[in-house]
Amino acid sequence: MAHAATAHHDHHAGHGHDDHGHHHETFLSKYVFSMDHKMIAKQFLITGILMAFIGMLMSVIFRIQLGWPEGTYPWMETLLGKWGKGGKLSPEFYMGLVTIHGTIMVFFVLTAGLSGTFSNLLIPLQLGARDMASPFINMLSYWLFFVSTVLMLGSVFVETGPASGGWTVYPPLSALPQAMSGSGLGMTLWLLSMTIFIASSLMGSLNYIATILNMRTVGMKMTRMPLTIWAFLCTAILGVLSFPVLLSAAVLLTFDRLFHTSFYLNEIYIAGAPLAQTGGSAILYQHLFWFLGHPEVYIILMPALGLTSEVIATNARKPIFGYRAMIGSLLGISVLSFIVWGHHMFMTGMNPFLGNVFMILTLVIAVPSAVKTFNYLATLWKGSIHMTPAMLFAIGLVSMFISGGLTGIWLGNAALDINLHDTYFVVAHFHLVMGAASIFGMLAGVYHWFPRMFGRVMNARLGYLHFWLTLASAYMVFFPMHFIGMDGVPRRYYSFTEFEYMAPWLDLNKFISISAILGSVAQFVFLYNFFNSIFRGEKSGQNPWKANTLEWTAPMDVRLHGNWPGDIPHVYRWPYDYSVPGAVDDFIPQNVSDDELPEAARSVNREQTLAAEAANQEKKEETSTLAFSSLFSKLGFRKG
Amino acid sequence: MSTHSVAANEGKIWDGGNEPFGASYGKLMMWFFLLSDAFTFTALLLGYGALRFSALNWADPDVVFQSAPGIESGAPLVFVGIMTFILIMSSVTMVLAVEAGHRNSKSEVVKWMIWTVIGGAMFLGCQAWEWTHLFSEGASITKNPFAPELVPYIEKFVAQGMSHHEATLKAVNEIPHNYEFTSLFFTITGFHGFHVLSGVVINIIITINAMAGTYQRRGHYEMIEKVGLYWHFVDLVWVFVFTFFYLV
Repeated sequence: MAHAATAHHDHHAGHGHDDHGHHHETFLSKYVFSMDHKMIAKQFLITGILMAFIGMLMSVIFRIQLGWPEGTYPWMETLLGKWGKGGKLSPEFYMGLVTIHGTIMVFFVLTAGLSGTFSNLLIPLQLGARDMASPFINMLSYWLFFVSTVLMLGSVFVETGPASGGWTVYPPLSALPQAMSGSGLGMTLWLLSMTIFIASSLMGSLNYIATILNMRTVGMKMTRMPLTIWAFLCTAILGVLSFPVLLSAAVLLTFDRLFHTSFYLNEIYIAGAPLAQTGGSAILYQHLFWFLGHPEVYIILMPALGLTSEVIATNARKPIFGYRAMIGSLLGISVLSFIVWGHHMFMTGMNPFLGNVFMILTLVIAVPSAVKTFNYLATLWKGSIHMTPAMLFAIGLVSMFISGGLTGIWLGNAALDINLHDTYFVVAHFHLVMGAASIFGMLAGVYHWFPRMFGRVMNARLGYLHFWLTLASAYMVFFPMHFIGMDGVPRRYYSFTEFEYMAPWLDLNKFISISAILGSVAQFVFLYNFFNSIFRGEKSGQNPWKANTLEWTAPMDVRLHGNWPGDIPHVYRWPYDYSVPGAVDDFIPQNVSDDELPEAARSVNREQTLAAEAANQEKKEETSTLAFSSLFSKLGFRKG
Repeated sequence: MSTHSVAANEGKIWDGGNEPFGASYGKLMMWFFLLSDAFTFTALLLGYGALRFSALNWADPDVVFQSAPGIESGAPLVFVGIMTFILIMSSVTMVLAVEAGHRNSKSEVVKWMIWTVIGGAMFLGCQAWEWTHLFSEGASITKNPFAPELVPYIEKFVAQGMSHHEATLKAVNEIPHNYEFTSLFFTITGFHGFHVLSGVVINIIITINAMAGTYQRRGHYEMIEKVGLYWHFVDLVWVFVFTFFYLV
């Protein structure tokens, strides 16, 4: 019914019009300063992919240094100039690469590239809106992001090198230009870039929230929204509340650098002479930074989880297991993410009682995370699983989320953290749980919604090759790092040859580096597939994955600013009616009303709902008595 | 599709096709922006708290802020009281502009908006005077002539025959001292002043639009409400800034 576009003039179309109409679109207004959310999504995606490759190639360069610290490579000098003198990566630039790799991956790829792409693409399309609440602010959001990427990449080319104090840019290293060469102009540009990035992120998030709350089509209750949208909503709220705190931290740090205030500096001696700047607190910066930094982890992860929910349900041809529990766990994660930042600071001399509080709150996050994991597994259980590349990557996310999540329980423990803090164990943990997991979610999203963006399907054969190489290399790179970390090897060290106790790990480091290079090569398969499919991929048709959500009801062939040619479809059901007994197809799109279903499906549906509700109730009563009786017996009570 | 009358959202505000908070998307975005900005200021003020509580001593606001134009000393908090009054009055005129907007009265909207712009500009002027005065006393973002540890030095220099003003400048330039007070003061009041400045610029633009009849043609003055929200927020933040720097 939604496909049967009515000829009626659409009065709440606002800016709905098609290309062939009276409105003239120039190249600039269509591809560059576009206000169409679908085009802005593509801009975010392609910028994100570009940044991902730059960040990845940086990691290849420093992995070569770590794997073969004695080796020299003439191409290194050609590529890096003075930073690669004699074919050897200089320690200063090693630190710069590590820092910029982290910054690019965390902010530019997994925050803007992931959330920017899919929030923009899916929020209006899945909710039945013509565009974002404010298309203009949306456009501004992308272009501010673009300016910040240019500044960040530009900072790599300044004479004193890019910011080098790690992606967290802790003062005093980042506050004092004399501390290291990377704390010069490069660091200033880093702060400027991040400030603009925060403005961009804020504009995006405000738009996402306003659109989700106000622009849903008729019938799209909050509890009928696809889980992707719930994830984007929670992500946007986290962004709106946490990024401003980073802004404050960055302002104070900038003043320390440029105006010689001492918000973060105290009792520092340089070459025996006391620094005039004193009276501040470096720990203050860490508090402000991690108040953003921890929600940031979930800003990265939650959109990936949202995409995964959708991809898994669609390709398992089953309703998502525990829809409301999934929403609840997103909300739970969002709230908890604001009160656990201290677990990054166990080693700062924090009061042990406070450490305990942060530890308990941190471990509580395992509960909503486990709810999500088990719900994914339960959705897969006995499903009719279609192993599309998107589905493989979604399952890959679940795998990474489990492997990385388990080590989070270790790291959240204040006592274990004494040993593991700032070691390769941490590197392994966060690369699996937020790096690889989110990248897998993003790739699942790209494979799944590629037809929605470009009207064509990506090559599945290359997709499988890409998936298996990526999965294997991700584990081959990050799994061994746990052992290195448990041995106490610190992260960010330039070479493992300086200290005797690190020497046994040199061979494993070679293995990790080879795996990292393999993984990077695999990404070029994706790159080829992505761009080749844009132009030469197989045409996708209207609803290639037979999904229920509204984005597949909007026309695919014409680029339409306004999404639907006639009226916006109304919504009559939740998005997970897969394999409904009695239905003609194994999916019932959200815009199909009960009247349009065959009688069988409707009655079966109703009977099944009643039966399921009764069974649920019975089970609930049963388990609650069970739980209580076993609890009482454990506590030593006896019945009677 | 129009045959389906089971749209199911009649009277149910959260069921789609509705504005659940009774607010347009623009107003919603403004509210969330203010929430975000509140976190920015909260972070700065918590930073203030952390640094102040770890400081060994702090400047006495009754001494720092005891001048007004024409009064060199002995009038503690008088000038800032006037500043605060002006800013709060500009909030009152903003409320009147919003109210006039509800009545679609273009001339009154313009009148009250102009008063609001004047109030904001006067506040900024007061702030400029206060900063300039502090600079003339030797204060800057890295120099704090009010630091208690400078007092013995100032007394020593005065005993050597310098004027109190010269002695203060010499002490503040030569003797290492704690300047967290002035760093925080200029950073946070500066950040707030930047917000007021943006507010004044936005108010001017909106006033010009109102004069040109943009909102009259649109049929409603919601834009005045949106900038009004921002303006009241800036006032509210000043209440906290005022409390932290001038009162406690």
